[in-house]
Amino acid sequence: MDTHKGILLCGEIEKGRLAPITVELLGIGRVLADKTGQELSILLMGSDVGGLSEEALAYGADKVYVAENPLLEHYHSDACTMVAADLCRKALPSILLLGNTDIGRDLAPRLAGRLQAGLATDAVELDIDPDTGLLVVTRPVFGGNALASVMVRNVRPQIATVRPKTVKPAEKDTSRQGQVIRMVAEVASSTLKVQVVERVEEKVEGVRLEDAEVVVSGGRGIGSSQNYEMIWELARLLEGAVGATRPACEEGWIPMLHQVGQTGKIVSPKLYIAVALSGAMQHIAGCSGSKCIVAINQDPEANIFKVAHYGVVGDFKEILPAFMGKLKELLAK
Amino acid sequence: MHIIVCVKQIPDPEIPSAKFKIDPATKKVVPPAGVPPVISVFDERAVEAACQLKDKNGAKITVISMGQGKVADVVKHALSMGADDGITLQDSAFDNLDSYGTAHVLSKAIQKIGEYDLVLCGRQAADWDSGQVGSILAEMLGIPVVTIARNIQAADGGLRVERVLKDGYEVVQAPMPCLVTVSNEVGLPRLPTGMGIITATRKKIPAWTAQDIEIDPAQVAPEGAHTEIVKLSVPIRDVQCEIVTGKDAGEAAVELAVRLRAANII
Ligand SMILES: Cc1cc2nc3c(=O)[nH]c(=O)nc-3n(C[C@H](O)[C@H](O)[C@H](O)COP(=O)(O)OP(=O)(O)OC[C@H]3O[C@@H](n4cnc5c(N)ncnc54)[C@H](O)[C@@H]3O)c2cc1C
Repeated sequence: MDTHKGILLCGEIEKGRLAPITVELLGIGRVLADKTGQELSILLMGSDVGGLSEEALAYGADKVYVAENPLLEHYHSDACTMVAADLCRKALPSILLLGNTDIGRDLAPRLAGRLQAGLATDAVELDIDPDTGLLVVTRPVFGGNALASVMVRNVRPQIATVRPKTVKPAEKDTSRQGQVIRMVAEVASSTLKVQVVERVEEKVEGVRLEDAEVVVSGGRGIGSSQNYEMIWELARLLEGAVGATRPACEEGWIPMLHQVGQTGKIVSPKLYIAVALSGAMQHIAGCSGSKCIVAINQDPEANIFKVAHYGVVGDFKEILPAFMGKLKELLAK
Repeated sequence: MHIIVCVKQIPDPEIPSAKFKIDPATKKVVPPAGVPPVISVFDERAVEAACQLKDKNGAKITVISMGQGKVADVVKHALSMGADDGITLQDSAFDNLDSYGTAHVLSKAIQKIGEYDLVLCGRQAADWDSGQVGSILAEMLGIPVVTIARNIQAADGGLRVERVLKDGYEVVQAPMPCLVTVSNEVGLPRLPTGMGIITATRKKIPAWTAQDIEIDPAQVAPEGAHTEIVKLSVPIRDVQCEIVTGKDAGEAAVELAVRLRAANII
């Protein structure tokens, strides 16, 4: 196992730039690399990504592996598993980090299976065990009701996926230098067993949840799509985005893409207003990074009051109109 | 079409946080007394997806579950929803396996079952929330995998699957046999029918041991595990919630707006 050295990251590209999660991986990757005195590398896969190598170096990578192929233009599970597994077999990293995103969630366990390695998903904290020099991954389990620290034993690489917005992003230093290695990314379309037929982008109404400074979310207690209008109205007033709990989505009051939580979107606005939702840990997982959480719920015992900074106990149908009335007045000043 | 669905029995994940307890010494969760364990949420959706395929195209559904004690209950639940056969995998060698070990056991059981066209798993178990077993299992079986599905249709001799993405979805065409992991977007699980419950009660559910599926307990021994939980704790939440009151709800709401403004939050 001493043959495995270094830290490798799987980069993600969004609209021609390194995705925010990738800058976060570079941040934590650099910290772990410095702690263990190892090299930090990153794999960039795409159709035309070589131009991002400089950026990756500036953000702290020592080495950038560039795998370019038209078939890699969008994430393709079979193709990316092949390319990333191939690199792991050649470069023999000790640690492999990915984002816990739609890409990493798919790719990481496939790599763990193919490389017969060990994986801990959805890390919110990563550190090095001082005794063994091994990676210690802390991850929420049981929906966030508990935290487990996990170590990979006996096998390499030690793989982890990192939850977005939980580690400090890297800072850019354009004077940093490093090595760029172009890989031969041979991916014949005949070897891809699963074919992508089409990709459908669903536009969410209003402000994008991930970028919003204010998020207003409704839960099962809202009761109907008609009542949900009040959530929209409050969000518009604060120029914020609209979120929801899973039951609110499954009731059909709002599209699934608005779901906030462990299996939905992760948001970290300045202000999160939680209306008629109980505050199950699986939901809180998606909004606990918010600077300020405001809870409106008729049940004083609801868990949401254990995580909120401000709360009002009562019926939202009475609270929201009065709240919005006063807000309009205050915002007009 | 023969569909194999892998399901797991877990402590009820929807209990209030206040009732959630762990034993830090053994690094285990202490299930709350009197709350029966349930079928993992996404696994139940996987059964639902299998039943949808059966309704439309006809299929035989076999449910397998590795676990302890009353694990047959979740298999019965799946049978009462419309699955045809069920098998449990029970052996002390299977206790406390990590994802890799679990996938290994499931792969051996599936190989013993023999012919199949589709394996369905939930996208992640709702207890340890790992989201690994399905994909590792597919790699072990050497079959294609499609993860986090929101819709599965039989098409062109294979499957047409919609995968959930961050900003939408992706439609893929997969050959069979393959493995698909299922997300809650496939739809709410159907309620067991009266007939379904009767059939499920009468059905014989064989319990396979390590020996039955040709697993040498040494292969799944804890010393060889790929991952180890070194610590389990309950996070400390030190947020003090400021409850804003008034003589009625409306007044409290106005006061809330005033305080948020004063604190420069809005
Ligand atoms: C593995 C797993 C993953 C999950 N992932 C997610 C996820 O990503 N996101 C998510 O949201 N959930 C997720 N869940 C579901 C989660 O566990 C909860 O079931 C869900 O968040 C509860 O939604 P809710 O708060 O809207 O509903 P409830 O828990 O039913 O709460 C409704 C609340 O509304 C209040 N209320 C009712 N009427 C009024 C009124 N008139 N005025 C004021 N208050 C009122 C009630 O007091 C109650 O507290 C997941 C579950 C599992 C097991």
